[in-house]
Amino acid sequence: MIISIASGKGGTGKTLVATSLALSLKENTRVQLLDCDVEEPNDHIFLKPIISESQAVCIPTPKVDEAKCTYCGRCAEICAYHAIVVFPKTALVFAPLCHGCGACSYLCPEKAISEENREIGVVEWGHSDGIQFVQGRLNVGEAMAVPVIRAVKARTSHDGIAIIDVSPGTSCPVVESVKGSDFCLLVTEPTPFGLNDLALAVETVRMLKIPCGVVVNRAGVGDEKVEEYCRKEDIPILLTIPLDTSIAHLCSQGIPLVEGKPEWKDSFLRLFDAIGEMVNERDCSPKR
Amino acid sequence: MKEIVVLSGKGGTGKTSIVGSFAALAKDKVLADCDVDAADLHLLLQPVAREKQEFWSGQAAQIDSQKCIQCGLCQEMCRFEAIKDFKVDSVSCEGCGFCAHLCPVQAIALRENMAGHWFISDTRYGPLVHARLGIAQENSGKLVALVRQQARELAEKQGSSLIISDGPPGIGCPVISSLSGASLAVLVTEPTLSGIHDMERVLGVCRHFGVPAMACINKCDSNDYNTYQIVRYCHSQNVEVAAQIPFDNTVTEAMIQGLPVVEYRQNDVSRQINVLWETITGRLTN
Ligand code: SF4
Ligand code: SF4
Ligand code: SF4
Ligand code: SF4
Repeated sequence: MIISIASGKGGTGKTLVATSLALSLKENTRVQLLDCDVEEPNDHIFLKPIISESQAVCIPTPKVDEAKCTYCGRCAEICAYHAIVVFPKTALVFAPLCHGCGACSYLCPEKAISEENREIGVVEWGHSDGIQFVQGRLNVGEAMAVPVIRAVKARTSHDGIAIIDVSPGTSCPVVESVKGSDFCLLVTEPTPFGLNDLALAVETVRMLKIPCGVVVNRAGVGDEKVEEYCRKEDIPILLTIPLDTSIAHLCSQGIPLVEGKPEWKDSFLRLFDAIGEMVNERDCSPKR
Repeated sequence: MKEIVVLSGKGGTGKTSIVGSFAALAKDKVLADCDVDAADLHLLLQPVAREKQEFWSGQAAQIDSQKCIQCGLCQEMCRFEAIKDFKVDSVSCEGCGFCAHLCPVQAIALRENMAGHWFISDTRYGPLVHARLGIAQENSGKLVALVRQQARELAEKQGSSLIISDGPPGIGCPVISSLSGASLAVLVTEPTLSGIHDMERVLGVCRHFGVPAMACINKCDSNDYNTYQIVRYCHSQNVEVAAQIPFDNTVTEAMIQGLPVVEYRQNDVSRQINVLWETITGRLTN
């Protein structure tokens, strides 16, 4: 089963939930945690994994052989991202804009373009005390997170439980991370910002037709609007974590909640059971 | 024209609350919300839209099944695995157009995607340029660039010399788009291990694009040791820590009232934000 953990926005406690859920489950099941927040991966701070292997994430980028090029300009015309500019006597490739689609090298009439791999990030894996761990890291200055996310997800183990920590927002990296999950857990706070971001996240998972549930973090900090919204939209609130300075203090030190406060383990196991029921119900219900 | 961008590496550090307060403190400016993915600034500023425009961006391929002879070339060559059974999955399609060039019977057309909206609005603190990216749309970088460009034009038109932008989270394309050519980046961080880590990465992006940075530690009293680590780190990087804001629930209370903290209450939080603002203006006029 694949459970993704998203939030519309960062800072709501997504990492807390992802790491504590993984740690609570590891005694009874095979658990894998995949950190797909490749722009700012944080799970490693909490789990302190031993990274055993890593692999560069590359995208093929064109290289023009000026000896063959006739500067016809065809490649520049084809490239949808304006990553190639052709002047009368040079053809320039702006690598950061290139998506590596391969169109230019294939369609160049002179076969003057070859491709070279360009590293945009890295995927690393290893383990942390019984949890299989995978994370991706986008290189600073690179714009394209999606290929790195794909490389992380390519290592998803389909045996046991895979937990995916998703980046904030609702755009392409989030969709790429959440796609294919059996369930999506949305972490929010009971504030107007939290509600606004939650509603966007709900729209996203609904578009992907993935069942979802909510974790309310820092309960007590704000108002009742998140609960009202969940009731109205028929989204279950599966776990509530109170506003508690001792929890905040654990998080600030990079200590997972269930490690600092083992009494929370039961709550996470119950959360998991509730998810399991919702996923099974869906699988058993007749296809519409 | 000066432009300051407030960034945090990650959301939830209180960035938007701080920008909202800047809106109240700064005179004669244009505001821009560059967090087009999950914009929150409007919740504090309650803008009234003056102009609403469509944002067309990116393309997605579409196969005309009447024309398609099912040769399979497009599916074989698409590197994003966006074509299956002679249909394009628009979520996976990167809009590169390779397939359209390849198709022997011209059965593939690229159509523009309506990816969201952008607005010019009036707020009680002056004009705000903001946007709303459609769900699951890409090219938030392009929309951020558009928001900034509109903010610039507006500032020129009304003779304002300052733009304040609420930046997007992360270090990827929207952040890069919000930073290029900005005068100053204000990095809002929290004294957590993740906060330190995120700040190092976002500072890396500022350096990469040559934008000077200044830091502000929010909720500084929630972990004194980490606050000290951030101060030390900033010192070693020659980044000024312009303010240390204590944790206080009035920030959330103000948010619920839809008011910037500096207007909601006079306390340590609002005083530190004032200090931050003065330091920023000092830096900008130098
Ligand atoms: S299409 Fe080929 S020959 Fe023409 S300008 Fe590009 S690289 Fe040169
Ligand atoms: S590989 Fe695609 S994106 Fe890259 S330069 Fe060539 S046509 Fe443009
Ligand atoms: S436009 Fe590019 S990504 Fe989209 S289907 Fe065609 S080849 Fe694939
Ligand atoms: S290349 Fe054209 S004809 Fe061939 S399968 Fe694709 S759409 Fe159909």
